[in-house]
Amino acid sequence: MIVADRKKVPEIRDMISKHTKVLLVGCGTCVTVCLAGGEREIGILGSALRMALRLAGHADVAVDECTIERQCEDAFIDILAQRATQYDAIVSFGCGAGVQALAERFPNTAVYPGLNTQFIGILESQGVWTEKCSGCGNCRLGEFAGICPITRCAKRLFNGPCAGSRDGKCEVDADLDCAWQLIYDRSKALGILDNFDAIAEPQDWSTGLDGGPRKVVREDQHIAGLGPKA
Amino acid sequence: MNPQSAIPNAPRRTSPQSPEPLILAFCCHYCAYAAADLAGSMRLQYPANVRLLRLPCTGRVEVNYLLAAFERGADAVIVAGCLEGGCHFQEGNLRARRRVERAKGLLREIGIEPERLEMFNLSSAEGGRFAEIVTEMNERVKHLGLSPMKPDAQSIQAAMREMTHEADERIASEPSGRARGSAHAK
Repeated sequence: MIVADRKKVPEIRDMISKHTKVLLVGCGTCVTVCLAGGEREIGILGSALRMALRLAGHADVAVDECTIERQCEDAFIDILAQRATQYDAIVSFGCGAGVQALAERFPNTAVYPGLNTQFIGILESQGVWTEKCSGCGNCRLGEFAGICPITRCAKRLFNGPCAGSRDGKCEVDADLDCAWQLIYDRSKALGILDNFDAIAEPQDWSTGLDGGPRKVVREDQHIAGLGPKA
Repeated sequence: MNPQSAIPNAPRRTSPQSPEPLILAFCCHYCAYAAADLAGSMRLQYPANVRLLRLPCTGRVEVNYLLAAFERGADAVIVAGCLEGGCHFQEGNLRARRRVERAKGLLREIGIEPERLEMFNLSSAEGGRFAEIVTEMNERVKHLGLSPMKPDAQSIQAAMREMTHEADERIASEPSGRARGSAHAK
C-alpha cells in the first residue's frame, strides 16, 4: 500500500488561511490503513485546523470534513462532486495520486495536499511502516529470493553484499537490516545459494520514472472514448 | 414550555459571565469516577467547575475527543484512569496515555499550551487524590489563564439561547402528557 504521514498543522493552516470555505477530504483506502488520512485522522485534523486558524486570526475560514472510499478513482469522487462546489478550497488527505485526481476533477477549486506521501510499503509492526517497493517497472524479485535490493539495499547493489555489511546490519544505518544478508539467509533456507554464482545483469532503467510519467494500457480492456477522462 | 426559559434572567448553574475556567474530566468508571464519588461521600472540597464524563475505560478516549473539548471551549482536560497495571481492560490506560501525549503534540502545533491536558492515574479508593487532581488542574489553568479558544460571553449566551429554543421546540412537539398522563389516569 501507499504509506504517507500528515503535514504539520501550521503548514496546512498557512496553505488554506486565504480561503473562506475549505473541505478536508480523507481517503478510505491506503492512508486510512497507515493512519494518516482516514476518517478519524480527518476529524482530528479538522478540529486542530479550526483552532489553529482561529488563533491565527482567521476565524472566518470554515473548515468541514468528509471522507470518500478512494480518492484515486473518479467514480468515488462522484459522491463528493456536488458538495465540493460549495467550497473554494480542498485539502486532500490522500496520497499524491488522490490530490491530483481531485485537482483534475475540480479545475476551479484550489486543491492542497494534507499529507506527505512516502512510499509503497507494508506494516512492519504496530505503528511502524517500512518501504518495500520502488516501483521501478521491471520487477526482479525472483532473482533475489523475494527481497528487493533496489529498495532495501542503501547502495542499490545488484551483486552484494558489500564490505559494509556487519552482523546483518548496514553500515549506512546500524538499525537498517542488510538487504544482502537477508537475501543470503533466505536463499540458503530455500536451497538456492547457487544463484550467488551468477552475476546479476544491470537493471533496465528505461521502465523507471525517467522520461516522464508512466502509463499502463490493457489493450483488451481499453475502449476509446469510455472512462472518466475520455 | 421549558420552565427555566419562561423566566428571563433566571439563574443558571453555568453563568456566561463567570471567569471560572471550565475543566472537563474523562473518568474511567472503575477508578476515577468511583474516586470522585468517594470524594463526595467523604465531603471533600474540590473546585466545582469540573465536569465529569464517565467512560467504561480511558482506553475509550480518542485524540479527537480531546481536541473537540478544547475546540468547544474547555480550559483544561483531565484524563483519569486506573493505576498502571490495574486496568480492567489490561492496557486501556496505557493506550490513553499515549493518545494524550499525541494530543499534547497537536495542541503544541495548534498554539495551545499542552499543559492544559493531563493524564492521571488513581485507584477507586483515592477520593482525596481525585480532589487533589482537580484542584491542581484548576490552579494550573488559573496560572495559564482562560483558553484562547474560549468563546466570549456573547457567543455562550447565543449558544445557550439556541439550545434553550431547540429544547422548547422539542418539548412542544412531543405529544403532551404522554407517560405521565397514563400514570395519573390509574
